[in-house]
Amino acid sequence: MALQPLLEVKHLRVEFPTRHGTLLALDDISFDIAPGEILGVVGESGAGKSLTGAAIIGLLEPPGRIAGGEIRLAGQRIDNLPYEDMRKIRGRQIGAIFQDPLTSLNPLYTIGRQLTETILTHLPVSAEEARQRAIRLLQETGIPAAEQRIDQYPHQFSGGMRQRVVIALALAAEPKLIVADEPTTALDVSIQAQIISLLKRLCKDHGAAVMLVTHDMGVIAETCDRVAVLYAGRVAEIGPVGEVIHRPAHPYTAGLMGSIPAMDDTRERLLQIDGAMPRLNAIPLGCAFNPRCEQVMDRCRVERPELFDAGATRAACWLVGAGT
Amino acid sequence: MSALVEVRDLAKVFDVSAPWLNRVVEGKPRQFVYAVDGVSFSIERGKTLALVGESGCGKSTVARLLVGLYQPTRGDVRFDGQPTDAAQNAAGLRTLRKRMQMIFQDPYASLNPRWKVLDIVGEPLREHGLVDKAQGTDGLRRQVSELLMSVGLAAADCDKFPHQFSGGQRQRISIARALATQPEFLVCDEPTSALDVSVQAQVLNIMKDLQRSRGLTYLFISHNLAVVRHVADDVGVMYLGRLVEVAPKLELFSHPRHPYTRMLLDAIPDIHMSGRARTPVQGEVPNPLNPPSGCAFHPRCPHANARCSSERPALINFQGIHIACHAVEEGRI
Repeated sequence: MALQPLLEVKHLRVEFPTRHGTLLALDDISFDIAPGEILGVVGESGAGKSLTGAAIIGLLEPPGRIAGGEIRLAGQRIDNLPYEDMRKIRGRQIGAIFQDPLTSLNPLYTIGRQLTETILTHLPVSAEEARQRAIRLLQETGIPAAEQRIDQYPHQFSGGMRQRVVIALALAAEPKLIVADEPTTALDVSIQAQIISLLKRLCKDHGAAVMLVTHDMGVIAETCDRVAVLYAGRVAEIGPVGEVIHRPAHPYTAGLMGSIPAMDDTRERLLQIDGAMPRLNAIPLGCAFNPRCEQVMDRCRVERPELFDAGATRAACWLVGAGT
Repeated sequence: MSALVEVRDLAKVFDVSAPWLNRVVEGKPRQFVYAVDGVSFSIERGKTLALVGESGCGKSTVARLLVGLYQPTRGDVRFDGQPTDAAQNAAGLRTLRKRMQMIFQDPYASLNPRWKVLDIVGEPLREHGLVDKAQGTDGLRRQVSELLMSVGLAAADCDKFPHQFSGGQRQRISIARALATQPEFLVCDEPTSALDVSVQAQVLNIMKDLQRSRGLTYLFISHNLAVVRHVADDVGVMYLGRLVEVAPKLELFSHPRHPYTRMLLDAIPDIHMSGRARTPVQGEVPNPLNPPSGCAFHPRCPHANARCSSERPALINFQGIHIACHAVEEGRI
C-alpha cells in the first residue's frame, strides 16, 4: 500500500484490573483507517466498540488501561503519550462525537463560548476570527440563524440541533480523524438521517477520516467504506461494507445480518443466534463465538483463530483459515 | 370478524402549567399538552396492530390508556364489546385486567430487583387468585416453571434474581409475567428497543410463536419500522398525538400515502441498499405544547397549502385505508 494509513491500531489490548482478577476487554484488536476513509465499528453491547474509541482518543476510564499493542496516528505513536501531549492531540488531530449530545456540551456556557474556546486552544487565531469561524461552522452544520443562536445555551437547542453543535465542535480545529461513538442512537429516525448525511458530507468536505461506532447495521451500510465487526473484545470480521453485509465469511456476522428485520424480507421468523455474548470473565477457550456457533468444529474449542483472508474480507474463523 | 379492542376518539390532555403562585406572579397562562388527541382504531382478535411514530407522538400514552394506567380525558375504549369505562367498579376491572396485560420497554426497570423470579412471575397469579391450590405449596412453583419454559427459560430460574439475567432474558421474564393470567390481549410498549439485534430476534420470534399458539392479540408500539414490518398485520402511524394513516402492513409499506409516512419510510437506513441516496427530511418534530395549526405536519410537508395550515384533516376512509391528509383526499399527491 502506497498510502500511509492515518490511524493504525496494532494488537491493542485493554484490560480492567478488578478484585476478582483482570478482565481483558479488548484482546488483540488490529485495524487501520486511510485518510478520508469511513470505518464502521459494529457489535452488540459489551463487544468493546466504544472502548476501542475511548482507547484511541486516550479517554479510557480508570482502572481500564492499555496493556499491549500500539496506536499510531499518521505514523506517530499516541498510546503512550503523557496526558498533556495527548490533550493537544485530542481536538486538534482527533475530534470526538459522543452518543448523548446533552452531556457532551457544558450546560453553563453558551455554545459560542464552547466553540471559540476549542478553536482558540488549538489554532493561532484572534478571538474575533475564532467567533467568525464558529459561526461558519454552525452554518455548515445547518443551524438556522447561526449569528443569533451562537449566544444561546445548550438547553435552548433540540436534540438534533445539539448533535449538530457537537459535530461543529468536533470539526472546530480541523482534525484529521473523527471518532464518532453512536452519534445518532439518541435521536429519532427522521433526525438520524439528517445527522448521518451531514456527518458524511462534512467529513468529506474537510477531508477527515471517521471511525463510526454504532450498533445499527443500517447506518453502517449507508455511511461506511469498510466495517469491522467486534465480538467479545475481538475483531470477528473486517472488510469492505458491501462484502461484509452480503457475503459475510464469519458465522457471527452471518447470524447478525440474519437477525436484523429488513424492509424487503418476507420471512416469518428471523434467524436467531441462541444464547448471548459471553461475559468478560467467562470468555470461552478458542474462538469466543464457539458455544453459539452452528458450524463449530473441535479446533474452534481449543485454538483461537487469527484474521484470515476470506475473499475480499478478513475473518477470524477456522472455517476460513482451515486450509492454512 | 369482530374486533377485540375498539378505541373511539381517545384523548389524553396533561396539565403542564407552572405552579399557581408562578402563574399569578409572572402572569403565565395555564398550559396543556394534548398527548393523544382523538385517536380511533380497532384490533381484530388474533391480529397485531403496530403504532409507530417518533418520540413524543403519544404512542406510549395510547398504550397506557388502553390498559388503564391513565384515565382518558375523552373518548372510550371497548374491550370485547364491553366499555372499559363502565368497568370502573372494582370487580369488573379485575376481570378485564386479567384479560389484558402489558410488556414494558426497559427490562431493567420493570422487574423488582429485590424479588425472585418466582415472586415476579407469580404475583399476577396470586393477585388474581389463580394459584393452583390442589397441588399444595408447589402449585405456584409448577405454574411459574411452565410459564418460564414457554418463553425459553428454565424451571430452575425461579430462584434467581433479575440481576442474574441478561437484557433479553429479563424481557422474557416480563413476557412470562404478562402471560401468567392467560390474557387475550397484550400491549407491548417498545418491547425490543432496549435489546441488541441478535437478542431482539429471539424475543420477536418468541412473541410470534406465542401469538400463534395462544391466539394472542397485540398492540405493538415501536419506532423501528423494520421491526414493525416484521410483526404487524396493520400499522398506524402517529404524529403529534394523532393518527395520520392506518393501513394493512403490506399496503402501507408498498404504497405509503401520507407524506409523513413516506418521510419515515425514506428515513430508514436499509442494510440491503448500500449506496442508495436518501432524501433526509427537513425540520424536526414541533413542540407539543404549541402544535402547528391545521394539519400538525404542514410545516414539514412538501405538499402543504393554505388549507393544510388552517383546517385540521380528519381520519377518513380512502381506498380501503384510513388517512388524515387534505392533499391525498383532494388527489394532489
